[in-house]
This record gives sequence, C-alpha cells and structure tokens, in this order.
Amino acid sequence: MLAQFLIHPPIQLGPIGPELVLTGTAIVVLLGAAFNPRIGHSTLLLVSLLGLAGAALVSIGLWDWGGELTVLAGMVATDRFAVVARLILLGIAAMGLVYGYHYFRRSGEARAEFYPLVLFATAGMTLIAAAADLILVFLALEILSLSLYVLTGISARLSSVEGSMKYFLLGAFSSAFFLYGVAMAYGATGSTRLSAIAHALAGQTGSLGLALAAVAFLGIGFGFKVAAVPFHMWTPDVYQGAPTPVTAFMAAGTKVAAFAALIRVLETSFQPLTLDWTPLVWTIAAVTVVAGSLIAIAQTDIKRMLAYSSIAHAGFVLIALTAAGQDGISAALFYLLAYALMVLGAFGVVMLVSARGEGRTSLASYAGLYRRSRLLAGLLTLFLLSLAGIPPTAGFIAKVNVFRAAVAAGHWPLVLVGVLASVVAAFFYIRVMVLMYMQEPQDDAEPDRSPWPRVAVAVPAVLTLLFGVFPGIVLGVLDKAAILRW
Amino acid sequence: MAPDQIVFWVFAPVSVGSAVAMLFQRNAIHAALFLIVNFFTLAVFYLVLGAPFLFAVQIIVYAGAIMVLFLFVIMLLGVDREESLVERLRGQRPLAIVLGLGLAAEIFVTARASLGLARGPANFDETVNVGGNAQALSHVLFRDYFLPFEVTSILLIVAAIAAMVLAQRRERTTVEAAGEAEV
Repeated sequence: MLAQFLIHPPIQLGPIGPELVLTGTAIVVLLGAAFNPRIGHSTLLLVSLLGLAGAALVSIGLWDWGGELTVLAGMVATDRFAVVARLILLGIAAMGLVYGYHYFRRSGEARAEFYPLVLFATAGMTLIAAAADLILVFLALEILSLSLYVLTGISARLSSVEGSMKYFLLGAFSSAFFLYGVAMAYGATGSTRLSAIAHALAGQTGSLGLALAAVAFLGIGFGFKVAAVPFHMWTPDVYQGAPTPVTAFMAAGTKVAAFAALIRVLETSFQPLTLDWTPLVWTIAAVTVVAGSLIAIAQTDIKRMLAYSSIAHAGFVLIALTAAGQDGISAALFYLLAYALMVLGAFGVVMLVSARGEGRTSLASYAGLYRRSRLLAGLLTLFLLSLAGIPPTAGFIAKVNVFRAAVAAGHWPLVLVGVLASVVAAFFYIRVMVLMYMQEPQDDAEPDRSPWPRVAVAVPAVLTLLFGVFPGIVLGVLDKAAILRW
Repeated sequence: MAPDQIVFWVFAPVSVGSAVAMLFQRNAIHAALFLIVNFFTLAVFYLVLGAPFLFAVQIIVYAGAIMVLFLFVIMLLGVDREESLVERLRGQRPLAIVLGLGLAAEIFVTARASLGLARGPANFDETVNVGGNAQALSHVLFRDYFLPFEVTSILLIVAAIAAMVLAQRRERTTVEAAGEAEV
C-alpha cells in the first residue's frame, strides 16, 4: 500500500516550460535586487529580457509537441495556438520592459520590483493562453490581474493610485462573475476541464440551462478583461492613470491573453453551443465597435483616446469570433498580433512625446509635433493609420481578414456595422495627424530625444509595415496555429 | 445513540453558543477568543464526519495561523479603541434584515429538499477516501490538481511583492514634481 504512494507520479513539465522559465527568471531578478540593492537596472533589464528569450525558445520547441495530448491531468493544452499566443505575449512583454526601463529612469521612479512584476504578469498571460481547465484559467487570470493592479499603481501619482484602485475593485468584481460561471459550468457538466465540458454538452448529458448561464457569466468575466462594452468602464481611467509603459504592456498583453483564453473556452468547451453563444458575441461586438469609436471622438487626452480605440478594437476581434472555426481563429490571431504592434508603438510614441512622466498627454500637446520631431510624428502617423485600418499597414490586412471571415460565416450586417464604425474611427485618428502636421506648436516643450527608446518604437513600426505589405509571412503560421487540440 | 451522535450533541451547543457569544462581545479580543472556540468545535465535526485531514488543517490554519493574524491586527489597531457605532450608509439595517431572512429561507428550503431525497451514495466515505483520507486528498491535490496547486504559489508571491511595492512608497521625487509643474 505504501509503495503505491511512494512511486513518483509521471509529471510532464514540458508543456509549461515557458512559464517555468518566466517565473524562474522573475524570482532570480527579485532576489538579485533584494540582496544587492545597488544593482544596476540595466542588469535587471538584461536578465529579464534573457528570460523572455529563453521562454520564447522553449515555446518554439513546443511547436512540434509529440507527447501525449493530455498532460498534467489535462490542465494545459499542447497545441500550436498556445505557442503562437505565447510568442506574441513574450514580444509584448519585452517591449513593455524596455519602455519601462527608460520611462522610470527618466521620471525618477525606478523600482526594481517593476521587472519581476512584468515577468509574473507575462507568466500569467502565457499560462492563460495554454490553460485547458477553467480552474487554471481563473488562476492565471488572477496572476496577471494582480500584477497589473500593482503595476498600474507603481507610481506615486494620484491618478496612478486612483486607476489602480478602480482597476482592482472592478477586476475583483469581474473575477466573481468569472468564478460563478466556472461553478455553473461545473454544475452543468460535472467537470471544469474544457474537453470534458465539451463532451458532456455534445452528448447532452449536461444541463443546458446551467451551461447557458455559465457561458453568460464567463462571458461577463472575459468581457471585463478584454474591455468590451458594456464592461469597459474601467478602461479609460486605468489606461490614463497607469504609467505609459505599463499602459502599453497591459493594453496589448491583457487583450491578447484574455482573447486567447476566450477563444479556447468558446471554441472547445462550449463548441456544442456555438449556435447559442454566437448571437451573444454578435451583439456585444456590434455595441463595442460602435460605442468605442463614437466615445473616442469626444476625448481630449491621447491616452484616453487610445483607450476607447482599444475598446473598439476588442469589438473587431469579437467580430472575428462570430465566425467560428479555423477561419475565425486565424483572423482573430492576426488581428491581435497587428493590434499589439500598433498599440505598443502608439503608446511608445506617447511616452516619448511626454518626455518625462505624464505631463504632456493632452491632444493639444501634439500640435506641431512635426516641427519638433519628424521621426516621432512619422511613427505616430504610421501607427494611427494602422489603427484606422488604412493600407499598407498590418491594421488594414487584419480588418480585411476579420471582415472576410465574418462574411463567409454569413454575418454581413455585423460587418457593415464594423465598416461604418471604422469610418467614424478614422476621423479621430486623422484629427491627431492634422494636429501634428498642420498646426503650430503651442509651447516649446521638447520631446524625449534618447536614441534607444526610438529604436525600440521603430521595431513595431517596421513589423506593422512588413505585415501590412507581406502578410503571407505570418498568415501561414497563424493558419497552422488556428486549430485547437483538445 | 451512536458515538458520533453523542459527540455531535455535546459539541453542537458549544459551537452555536460560542458563535452567538462572539457576536455580543464589545471587546475585540474576547470576540476573537470565542471565535477560536468555534473553530475548534468545527474541527471536531470534521473529525466525526471522517475527514481527519480537514480536522488538522482547521486547527493549524484557522485556529492557529488566522487567529494569530486577527489578534495581530487587533493589537496593531489598539485593543481599547472604541468602534464608532454610527451607521454611515442609510437603510443598511432593514436591507440586511430582508436579505438575511432571504438567505435563511433559502438554506431552510435547500436543507429540507436534501433531507431524505438527495442522499449521497451509501458508501460515500469509502469511495472517496480510498487508501485513507489524507492519502486520497494528496492524490487529488498533487496529481489531478498538481498544476493549479503550484500555480497558486505564484499568485501568493505576486501578492507578497504587491504588498511590498504598495507599502514601501518613496516620497514623490523632485523630477516628477517638476514635470507636473510644467503643465
């Protein structure tokens, strides 16, 4: 009897290798900074970036996972979807770290805890992208949320603390909804594992009413995280209050991670109920693109404007989700990749224009930016064009793909709403360009002229153009990744 | 009467009594002490129900660690601090009574419905506790739920860092103050 329990249980750690590398690096950085308070932040940045690179290598190694389908008691998925989502998230984290290193050094608020917190948040994000059990989805969601609450409030500014508090309260609220949804799913099917839920629902052994309630509550929980209308209330305040590099990291990272998990939950466990949840996603998508685009027009602060724009973009990804199956997933993945690039770039330029801290984020301070810095004005123009979905940028290809997938699934009224909303949205993106090129500067504040951050902002710019002109180089990979294994 | 029933009827009044007594204490320390008594009686119930692991955890974690935290916080705030009994939110009391009655009714209905109707399998204890209660639990915890169990530790690390970051703020720096003055 005793021997039975002394046998080492077979635990395959391979599929969570990226997360192990990330948390390991985070702990090394944390302890390094704790034992040697005078350690240079450039060292911390370097070690963190090495950790991200290591995690990326391990992820790529999982592309051809030949092992079992069910590992770690079915807690994590081993498919290529998880690999691609992880790689996007790791790239976002690298950009966030580089921005943060520069920003906090300049604003005089450098804190060594920034690096491990970003790494832990990234571990939560990559884990949620691979989670194949609702309990693990919830835990990963909490890891990334908790890290982001603190990162939002890491600065001593009042708006930063206020944003953090708001984010925390509404985040806790949404977690409760999510947990209730998990409980409903368990009640309906007797399991929290995504594949088991799908089997129970497909065999109609589960309770349909409870399962629909589970979809609704899980949808509300995810709706908060991806900032879909009507669960978007926290977004503008938090994006505006958080230090700009944190905003860039969370705007891109949370959206990619939460959408990856939402796609997996909807397309695997609730796949038998596709006909039931599609109208729900349809409605939220329509409301989100319209409301996000309309409210953004009224904004006078660029961070708030980008926040509403990110709400609208959540709607576009939801449009892709109405087209269930490989087409929709592939379109959503490309949209998330393009969105991450442009939002990282746009917030990077905002950080450099503001020069020090958060002083200059009003739209008025963008007047005549072209005279101050042609490079920054040019980069921001590119990102705004991509956000508006104008060729030859990745944003254009992304929107075309999403609309194509939705039309193929027969949702052309939704596509019509989406096209109209993008026309409205183009207005406020172009307004910023008009400000930059056609008006005189109102003050003589100089933008940040440090060379390295400019190089960092140029990376998403180059990729935005590259994926806009030659989308084929990633589309093939994304198509292969758009099949969920379960 | 079976021995487990005797134990139950001995400890049930103590459990309810200590819970009620806790509510009517003015002194926070006395309330906390009654809560410890209550935790111990709950632990005994777990033991009677055939869950020795939960019995041990209840005493170690709740009656031990959590109560120490409670007392620590009470001491930190000052033992003889008078709590203000003025209600800041109006209409709280009637609302609480209505919702409380609703909850009580719900519990009553559920308990009645499950009496005699939804009894578990006859040999529930044996099927669940294969190889012993603690062993069966470890099986679930370290095999089926191994990953969530370990991932929770990351959550705890993040929470600890969060507490440090938020508690250990430096004064706002001159650089930033200058930056905001420019606006």
